[in-house]
Amino acid sequence: MSDLVSGFRDPDVARRIIDELQRVATRPCKLMEVCGTHTMAIAKNGLRDVMPQTVKLLSGPGCPVCVTANAEIDMAIEVGRQPGVILTTFGDMIKVPGSYSSLSQEKADGRDVRIVYSPLDSLTIAENNPDKHVVFLGVGFETTAPAVALTIREAASRGLENWSALSLHKTVPAALEALVNDPDVQINGFILPGHVSTIIGVEPYLFLAEKYSVPCVITGFEPVDVLQGVYMLAKQLADGRAEVEIAYKRAVMQDGNPAAVAAMNEMFEATDAEWRGIGVIPGTGLAIRPEFARYDATKRVPVTPPEPREIKGCQCGDVLRGVVLPYECKLFGKGCTPEHPIGPCMVSSEGSCAAYYRYTDYGKA
Amino acid sequence: MRQDRILLAHGSGGTMMRELIEDVFMAGFADDVLMRMDDAAALDFPAPRLAISTDTYVVNPLFFPGGDIGRLAICGTVNDIATSGATPLYLSVGFVLEEGMPVEDLRRILVSMRDAAAEAGVRIVTGDTKVVEKGHGDGCYINTAGVGALAEGLDLSGSHCKPGDVVLLSGTLGDHGIAVISTREGLSFSTDIQTDAAPLNALIAAVLEAAPDVRCFRDPTRGGLASTLNELASASEVSITVEESSVPVLDQVRGASEMLGYDVFQVANEGKMVAVVPAEQAEAALNAMRNAPYGSAAAIIGTVAESPAGKVYVKTPFGATRIMDMLVGEQLPRIC
Repeated sequence: MSDLVSGFRDPDVARRIIDELQRVATRPCKLMEVCGTHTMAIAKNGLRDVMPQTVKLLSGPGCPVCVTANAEIDMAIEVGRQPGVILTTFGDMIKVPGSYSSLSQEKADGRDVRIVYSPLDSLTIAENNPDKHVVFLGVGFETTAPAVALTIREAASRGLENWSALSLHKTVPAALEALVNDPDVQINGFILPGHVSTIIGVEPYLFLAEKYSVPCVITGFEPVDVLQGVYMLAKQLADGRAEVEIAYKRAVMQDGNPAAVAAMNEMFEATDAEWRGIGVIPGTGLAIRPEFARYDATKRVPVTPPEPREIKGCQCGDVLRGVVLPYECKLFGKGCTPEHPIGPCMVSSEGSCAAYYRYTDYGKA
Repeated sequence: MRQDRILLAHGSGGTMMRELIEDVFMAGFADDVLMRMDDAAALDFPAPRLAISTDTYVVNPLFFPGGDIGRLAICGTVNDIATSGATPLYLSVGFVLEEGMPVEDLRRILVSMRDAAAEAGVRIVTGDTKVVEKGHGDGCYINTAGVGALAEGLDLSGSHCKPGDVVLLSGTLGDHGIAVISTREGLSFSTDIQTDAAPLNALIAAVLEAAPDVRCFRDPTRGGLASTLNELASASEVSITVEESSVPVLDQVRGASEMLGYDVFQVANEGKMVAVVPAEQAEAALNAMRNAPYGSAAAIIGTVAESPAGKVYVKTPFGATRIMDMLVGEQLPRIC
């Protein structure tokens, strides 16, 4: 592993890219890193500090936990409250506040909520608890959805009758179109998510460059990757080009991973999905197809969650659109901290508020 | 003992409890004072001052690569006592056993406690056992308390760090936390990483001898290095800056941490020691650490400055600086 990544952490290489970037980025620009993992990588490596004055990096809607709407979290909580249900989830979701509660609160109240690292672990829990119904909370983008799709296939092949998935997955490209069309949002270029792109490839993003003339670079998550991505965007802007380039060729193929996409398409169909801060974006959700309804938690454990509510003063929605920076939110570091999060951007390990709060002095006395 | 599982009756105070104590605990620990089975251990004490510490150990699973709850329970308290500069001497052990626990597991735990105590040169001189109903405990909880002999005039404290001091770390970060999480149900990834749980009293004694003006020792257990350094920075009202590239981390631990979304500075250690020493004694302290048991990978990782008080920073290899933040809540594996 270290041999694979060490070159992408080499300070000398980074230095050279930064020097080049200084030379190229003569005009002010706002670049959005779409993915939460990029946000964290930038904060953790202190890359904002080494950017030229002209380059502003904004965080985007690419933290799956953060864009999960309150109504969806409420639904997951309600599913977990049903008798005989074991709710299994990735760790990130556990602390995220919904309208009235969180999964960690539910766990403390005695519901059976368990953290798994892989959706397959959830199947094992189902096999070990034949008298319970095990629900896997599927949250994530194109990176996670294929794994859940394959888990559904595996559940079918094992003949499991007491397992289902609550699919709250979302797909990324159309959300970026919503941002580009948003009059509040000013973005000169996108740093596109490397992980998502390993699955879907380049084609789904081409419209950003072709229709909207916004330069895009797909890049990875090591410091040198991120710097390289920023440099390539600055270069496109300087040259007056708008293309979708790949700076992450060791992982991203032009047409992605067709097998993963096929698995996703086999199990899921597009549906409308609500994004926190952006609203409903048609066709960006992934519903389990009717022929696999017996693995669909919305069918197996139907619930009616209470009317969702938004928390007053929370600007996660604006943060996710890059309209305000995390520390510009009035609650940042005051009412809202990682210990007492009000919005998901402060609690998620990929959240931009968490990234700023954890790694910088911004907005702190 | 005839039963192969712990029963509620083993905590009843009657004959079955006596059987458990004699056949399992006494056989396991075999200390002269303990074997007298008096309510209190009466002991000689070779110093005018003593250091005392207690800790309770709850870990799931009980056995993990390279160790178990028993080794943790001895090493943890030995190390806590040793951080004061004292020589750990005597320990008490208290067990809360869950009904149904295999007696064989208990025996294994006792063997590893005995071995760790022997390695650290401490005696287990008194103990207690309770049994709780099935479902009311994770197999076994252990409390240990201990005392150590403290030399006259020695006053180490986390509030004694001064600007210009140097921060040392005795070895690689994160081994214990990753070893334990790799065995937990529901988290299917495997590594060959082993816990670092180890008694560090010999290492501390060596550093004390080499660097007599050492300000403090602190073991970065739960919350990892981040919690330890933040505590020191607050207590001493100083700022600490760590050079990221100087901090020793095993490749496997770094990889697993990244995969799980953990910050390796926040991952738990059970066999590592942080020491803050005056700059002029740093080299001597480092050499002493490296030559002591469990200290071969020791490194100088950071420096103490006057301000901003209470803050801990990490200098990244790219010349940027970020905060070293403390763990909030539980450490949880992430989505992507």
